[in-house]
Amino acid sequence: MGGGVETELPRARYSYGGDEYVFVELAEAMSLKVNFRAMAITDRLRDDGIEGVTDICPSNASYMVRIDPDVLPPDDLIQRLQQIDEEVGAVRGFELATRVVDVPVMIGDPWTHETLMRFRDRHQDPDATDLEYAARINGFDSTDSFIEALLGSPWLVTMIGFVPGLPWTYQLVPPEEQIEVPKYVRPRTYTPERAFGFGGGFAVIYSVEGAGGYQLFGLAPAPVLDVRQELKDFQDSMVFPKPGDVFKYRGVDRDEFDEVRARVEDGSFEYRIREFTFRADRALEDPHAYNEEILGVLYGD
Amino acid sequence: MAIKVRQPGLLTTVQDTGRFGEYALGMPPSGAMDVFSYQVGNNLVGNEDGAAGLEITYFGPELEFTEAAVVAVTGARMPPKINGEEAPLWETFSVEAGDVLSFDYLQSGARCYLAVAGGIDVPEFMHSRSTYTLIGLGGFEGRALREGDELQVGELNGKTDGLSARVGLAVASQQIPAYSKETELRVIIGLASYRLTEASMEEFLGTEWTVTTDADRVGYRYRGGEIEFVEREQPAGAGADPANVVDFGYPIGSVQIPGGVEPIVLMNDAVTGGGYATIGTVISADRDRLAQSKTNDKTRFVSVGLEEALAAREQRRRQLADIKSSLGG
Repeated sequence: MGGGVETELPRARYSYGGDEYVFVELAEAMSLKVNFRAMAITDRLRDDGIEGVTDICPSNASYMVRIDPDVLPPDDLIQRLQQIDEEVGAVRGFELATRVVDVPVMIGDPWTHETLMRFRDRHQDPDATDLEYAARINGFDSTDSFIEALLGSPWLVTMIGFVPGLPWTYQLVPPEEQIEVPKYVRPRTYTPERAFGFGGGFAVIYSVEGAGGYQLFGLAPAPVLDVRQELKDFQDSMVFPKPGDVFKYRGVDRDEFDEVRARVEDGSFEYRIREFTFRADRALEDPHAYNEEILGVLYGD
Repeated sequence: MAIKVRQPGLLTTVQDTGRFGEYALGMPPSGAMDVFSYQVGNNLVGNEDGAAGLEITYFGPELEFTEAAVVAVTGARMPPKINGEEAPLWETFSVEAGDVLSFDYLQSGARCYLAVAGGIDVPEFMHSRSTYTLIGLGGFEGRALREGDELQVGELNGKTDGLSARVGLAVASQQIPAYSKETELRVIIGLASYRLTEASMEEFLGTEWTVTTDADRVGYRYRGGEIEFVEREQPAGAGADPANVVDFGYPIGSVQIPGGVEPIVLMNDAVTGGGYATIGTVISADRDRLAQSKTNDKTRFVSVGLEEALAAREQRRRQLADIKSSLGG
């Protein structure tokens, strides 16, 4: 990038995932830039509409393509992907027509608190809560200032998966401000649906109840997966998040949490969503200034 | 026409070839674990490819037919019985109204498939009838069968004429797979295999692994060796454990080794991505055999290249085509 914000990315690693997948690791380390590359490459591949491609899955610092090798030999696909990789280059000028979304979260809610206390024996620090632990190892002087950092800047949806509808989100802040927290020493056997968790460099919302190893920080009142597709935001897909969405996690108290829950239950809940064009260059060059602008789009009217 | 479930068996689900094209949403394909046996079942009863059948795991159900039907059972040696009398495997047979189909104890393999002429008729969810229990969708009410369920069978739409002639059609014995307690699975090494030390890769490929009790539609876990990861300063976003990577997509059939002691091969209902280093992928032609292995069976992983994987895939495709044409498909 012009300002020399990040160094050159390493060469992509192309690999066969058996005879039916091609897996491409763009970098071992996560960065915004590498995720923009994964999105730009998979977008272009989707536009190609190549016969024999069955699934195109962008992920955080990599992507995966499922093929029917009887129609499209893996080596032919890899050749095309290498071309696209060169065309995309350093993602200069990469733009994404996307949405910015207000995502309410109750931090330190009673339900995930009950869960994390139940699994203290699987945690690095059994005497602290997940929030206290994460705040301490990231050098914050209080959990409040840690929460402020979590909720202060927006997050980019960088991958969907694990289970249907679960979004990985990566914060739109410079590398030195990225929060990093290890996963549990041994995964929990239970996580409540809609838990707001954190592992490695990613915040997630668990779309369904189940096992999980991410630190538990809170609970979202609104779903990211609606299998009955009853809510308006789910009419086209039972999965709400899309790669490239920008989420603003907004802290809510118990009253607002209950209010949102009631609206989800009676079917009237809608996310606050604004359309906008995300410009990768701006997010890399001056993320804080760009975030102000993004929040203006979301809350300005 | 309906099938009444008198006993559900251990885990009996409606499956077809699977749900493709939704992986990017986090939706695994589901579908029959042993596609070979499932597909031959459809050929035996004259169904279209992709008609839904039942996947029957470890311990069979007891099913009552409300009307006459033409059926076939393929896969694991779990011999079917009609009203208590032995019925054939890998062969089309007929049942009368009121007949009860049950299954003898499992002798070899892990899963058998019941195909019924007309197919099991459940609503499609995302262009497939396969059951995905995690979110309770697909198949019969998104779950395994329970006592008292009643399954509808698809209309034959006047295609009943040749049906009675199919009774007695059988797969040639040399085409029927034998399921041993020792399995060799061919793997293309790759993905994040650079995370393993060279010695550990040798250990992975040299060890006779044992299938643990965690062996189901989500994945198979093995024990028997210990693997070490290359030491490194963990990259940004990956998390502290040496087995961790920046979360990425997992192919079906991919192998990961959380903690270094328990390789997991992901199967049809698996999680679609996560933060454990994957080191290779079981080739598609060998997933049928993997699906017929079970707890305490032995497994060796053998490294092959793409060419051998594609040749094995082609061989399997031809064998299925030969069987189909021998059955007048």
